[in-house]
Amino acid sequence: MRGSPAFALAAWLALALLLSFLALPIVAIFVDVPPADLVAALGEPAALDALRLSLIATAIALAIILLVGTPAAYLLATRSFRGRSLATTLVELPLVLPPAVAGIGLLAALGPEGLVGGALGDAGIELVFQTAGVIVALVFVASPFYVRQAQAAFASVDPDVLAASRTLGAGELRTLLAVAIPAARPGLVSGAALAWGRALGEFGATLVFAGSLQGVTQTAPLAIVARFGADFTGALALSGVLVALSAAILLGVRYASGPQALGHARA
Amino acid sequence: MLELELEASRGELEVALSLSAASDRCLALVGPSGAGKTTVLRVAAGLFRPDRGRVTCAGETWLDTAAGIDVPPRSRRCGYVFQDYALFGHLSARDNVAYPLRGLPRAERRERAGALLARFGIAHRASARPRELSGGERQRVAVARALALEPRVLLLDEPLSALDARSRARAGRELAATLREIRVPAILVTHDFEEAAMLADEVAIVDGGRIVQRDEPGRLAGAPASSFVADFTGASVLHGEAEPEPGGLTLVRLEGGGSIRSTDEGEGTVAATVLPWEVSIEPPGWSGEGSALNAVEARVSTVTTIGNRARVGLEAPQPLAAEVTAGSAERLGLAPGVPVVATWKATATRLVPI
Repeated sequence: MRGSPAFALAAWLALALLLSFLALPIVAIFVDVPPADLVAALGEPAALDALRLSLIATAIALAIILLVGTPAAYLLATRSFRGRSLATTLVELPLVLPPAVAGIGLLAALGPEGLVGGALGDAGIELVFQTAGVIVALVFVASPFYVRQAQAAFASVDPDVLAASRTLGAGELRTLLAVAIPAARPGLVSGAALAWGRALGEFGATLVFAGSLQGVTQTAPLAIVARFGADFTGALALSGVLVALSAAILLGVRYASGPQALGHARA
Repeated sequence: MLELELEASRGELEVALSLSAASDRCLALVGPSGAGKTTVLRVAAGLFRPDRGRVTCAGETWLDTAAGIDVPPRSRRCGYVFQDYALFGHLSARDNVAYPLRGLPRAERRERAGALLARFGIAHRASARPRELSGGERQRVAVARALALEPRVLLLDEPLSALDARSRARAGRELAATLREIRVPAILVTHDFEEAAMLADEVAIVDGGRIVQRDEPGRLAGAPASSFVADFTGASVLHGEAEPEPGGLTLVRLEGGGSIRSTDEGEGTVAATVLPWEVSIEPPGWSGEGSALNAVEARVSTVTTIGNRARVGLEAPQPLAAEVTAGSAERLGLAPGVPVVATWKATATRLVPI
């Protein structure tokens, strides 16, 4: 950029504009209403229920995503097999799917009248209007964020390092646990953080598939929307908590895996 | 004894070769990059499955594509030293070496790993991560880790090429000592004939996925089967004891008799190397003009004409190769059995400590 002061100035202005545009709503959440009112609004049972449900549901969803997504991403990254690119595309599909469409799709598949919902019902598993349904919606919407990142992280591990583990007497499972996961850790952590952040903010698919029942399926984002017509202060208070949580996740990840970990993970 | 035959296509390259390496012998595969050398190691270790192939080690079948046998890498116990060492970046040097020792009590693993690190002179680096180690230290950790497995075969893929010139000489010496100690077949892959000649008992020249010629390194340089082999097999390697001389030159007393001089510095056991095209051939009884010129009495063992040049294998206390024009080979009447004097300059003699 040396030698072109006009361009440098324009670029700096663009960055400043972007940052203030992104920061303004977040700042507004905290300054629009006196802090004391915010804290008081959080004391309501409905708000606490929503927060607790959000934490529990996202934690379980994240655990499922890690448990299933890690070996799946490892396979996609380290093996070439017929249909691999199709599988990769399928994994990423929920990223571009409108959340409401995801909810409709889940209903059509797993709802009482759905494709496999009848069989689930016979087995005594009900998802619609249940906390389990919330978790299903979160996993569906958030898993691509983790799997995509994990696949990239595993793919950037030196294949010779994995081969070395095999020649040194380790099986596939030990190679994954003792070598591949530690080597890919920064990418896995940042992928997990992105997935968790996405799950924490999930709204559309949950509303359509699981509904908005306080204490059962009403997560924090649903509670915010449910009350913002009648109780703007309460909505703001919950929003503040979500902002703080998301920021904490982001900072935690940065701290845990170094400044380069977010966005572009390299093992 | 390791025996291996394979047919595989890798991209453009068709690899088709068979080889064997006896216990406590080191076979070097030498050739340009992309010749299929590493494929051989990967097939031996079970990391790559060829279209057709058979691998047996000490009577045990590891791979037989016809019979559907393919023992997984973890059960073959191949000590594999990868080209860039492939150390585990999140583990300390000690834990890298202890990795194959799973199943032993923790204290014993630490002790054995520590003993191996000490054997390679890097016990003080035991807690360092690979990225904190120098190239030479990483190489030693990789070899120690492969030996910790108590391997039945040792596979070395360009073990010295990642090192700078100085650590390379030292690592080469250590590797030679290690290869003498272990009692298992070893296969060394390198693109450097001199390295192969120093470390291996036998050299197979690989080009385009095939073994072009296989022999002891000294004989290979003397009687190359093709111009490719002639170009690839560079220096003759002569072993001896070096001591500095008053005149500033280094005198090397050769094993088996005779002595030569070099402008390189050196002391103790060394390998002296000279390129065939630096060596000229004179009639018997010829004596050079002073210490700057080496003269070794020899007998012609082979004459191989390649176009307008002739590679002359010489039988001296240690085998030697010379390259002269086809014309002068004829003029000198070079033929097997003819006594000659091989001569080359002290400045053309490189010394490598062993």
